[in-house]
Amino acid sequence: MGIRVLKPGMLTTVQDLGRWGYQTEGVPVSGPMDARSHRLANRLVGNPPEAATLEVTLIGPQLLFEENAVIAIAGATFEVSLNGEEIPMNVAERVPAGSRLRFGSRVAGARSYIGVWGGIDVPAMLGSRATHLPSRMGGLQGRALMTNDLLPIGSHQAPARAITTGDIPPLPNGGARLRVLPGPQADRFTHRAFETLQAARYLITPQSDRMGYRLQGPPLQHTGGADLISDVTPAGALQVPGSGQPIVLMADRQTSGGYPMIATIITADLPIAGQLAPGDWIEFSICSRAEALGALQRLGWR
Amino acid sequence: MTDSRRAARPIVETDDYRIVMAGDSAVVAEFEPRIDPAVNDRVLAVAAAIRSAALPGVRDVVTTYRSVGIYFDPLVTSLEGLIETMACAPDRPIEGSASAPAPLEVPVRYGGAGGPDLAAVAAFGGCTQADVIALHSGVVYRVYMLGFVPGFAYMGNVDDRIAAPRRSTPRVRVPTGSVGIAGGQTGIYPAETPGGWNLIGWTDLKPFDVERGDPFLFKPGDRVRFVPV
Repeated sequence: MGIRVLKPGMLTTVQDLGRWGYQTEGVPVSGPMDARSHRLANRLVGNPPEAATLEVTLIGPQLLFEENAVIAIAGATFEVSLNGEEIPMNVAERVPAGSRLRFGSRVAGARSYIGVWGGIDVPAMLGSRATHLPSRMGGLQGRALMTNDLLPIGSHQAPARAITTGDIPPLPNGGARLRVLPGPQADRFTHRAFETLQAARYLITPQSDRMGYRLQGPPLQHTGGADLISDVTPAGALQVPGSGQPIVLMADRQTSGGYPMIATIITADLPIAGQLAPGDWIEFSICSRAEALGALQRLGWR
Repeated sequence: MTDSRRAARPIVETDDYRIVMAGDSAVVAEFEPRIDPAVNDRVLAVAAAIRSAALPGVRDVVTTYRSVGIYFDPLVTSLEGLIETMACAPDRPIEGSASAPAPLEVPVRYGGAGGPDLAAVAAFGGCTQADVIALHSGVVYRVYMLGFVPGFAYMGNVDDRIAAPRRSTPRVRVPTGSVGIAGGQTGIYPAETPGGWNLIGWTDLKPFDVERGDPFLFKPGDRVRFVPV
């Protein structure tokens, strides 16, 4: 019973909304890189947003369903087949026991979310099923899926409803312009750094993962040194070490960091950042808090 | 574009602290940039005030040496309410029933295979290895903050004479339970990780253990003493 992993794909992990409440004890939040698509995959199969999904990265898995299930796939567009027949994204599908789900070519975006009615039922750790790879916490033994793993499906809380969603979020194609709010350490940077930040195009380097995206582009100058007494590190913060090359802090980031942060990506644009991959570009534009909150409201997360 | 930094002006700014936004869903109160028990006390007092206010939508309250970060849902939490609670917090945590508890004692086997840098720290201090042990175990440390990995407590302040800086080349693998020094800080590795601290000993206490009722041995503000065994 459950979901058998025939091929794990490049990096497939169990994720939920993250391990909140323990950052002061040094426990990273983790969670989906694209929370919007994670929520959509859950909504499509009638799950609450906190149910665990599978986050698929760049190359998708092959899965064998050993029991009947209802699934939906949201986020990055892949060619996906069920028992050899292509199935659409963003739609709930009935999956009879014995079915094989196969991810083929990736069309757009970087990360897909497989929502399963009842959720992926691995044991919760500190209140969350999210996998944090660096500390080997949560998910399936704290690691990415491997061939022959068996994933339990949770009990079904309510009948799955086939929900047709109105808005399918647009996926970035090769790069994205992301809105930021200055700070928290805006005063540690020159005026010139802010001009550079808004005029330049940065590339996501191969040294990027779920912890953060190391960017390459025109350096951002500090006013003083680049060292800080360790401070809190929100998702989307642009941390700038002495080299001046920013690092975007993502889902698996540590709970604190010692480099000044020039700006922070707004919550509504973080899901777009989560659909980028090494080789993609990012441009930044500064917006107002009112615009950030308006954009978040339009996501309709509640 | 020249308004960028003005847009990021602190919401509150006084002589010794300020409150700044960190994106749209977090706010940070920063006190003086010093590693100092009095500063850290103020941090813990603000965190305690926020926690006891139990404002709707607050997701996480995180303390560091000299700052407290509050993560919240901006569509639910009143930012004004948060800032007022932060600004009205006392200077020190209100002492509860656990006032001035005895320091937590950590048994340490100094030197040997578990403390390969004991000699190097002695050389740094121009003293004997026995002196390093006496100086390291002769102080009650404060847990200023946790970070790096789950349960890793940054403690201070290490006596200046043995406050050896981080190794120039970090180790790829530091065993769980290793006790290290990095400048004025000391700490215990809760998991096997890479690390650059000078390893002077080893303890079988587990700073992080999910099987334990409370997985975290240390909390910010705790007092700790190392005991040679």
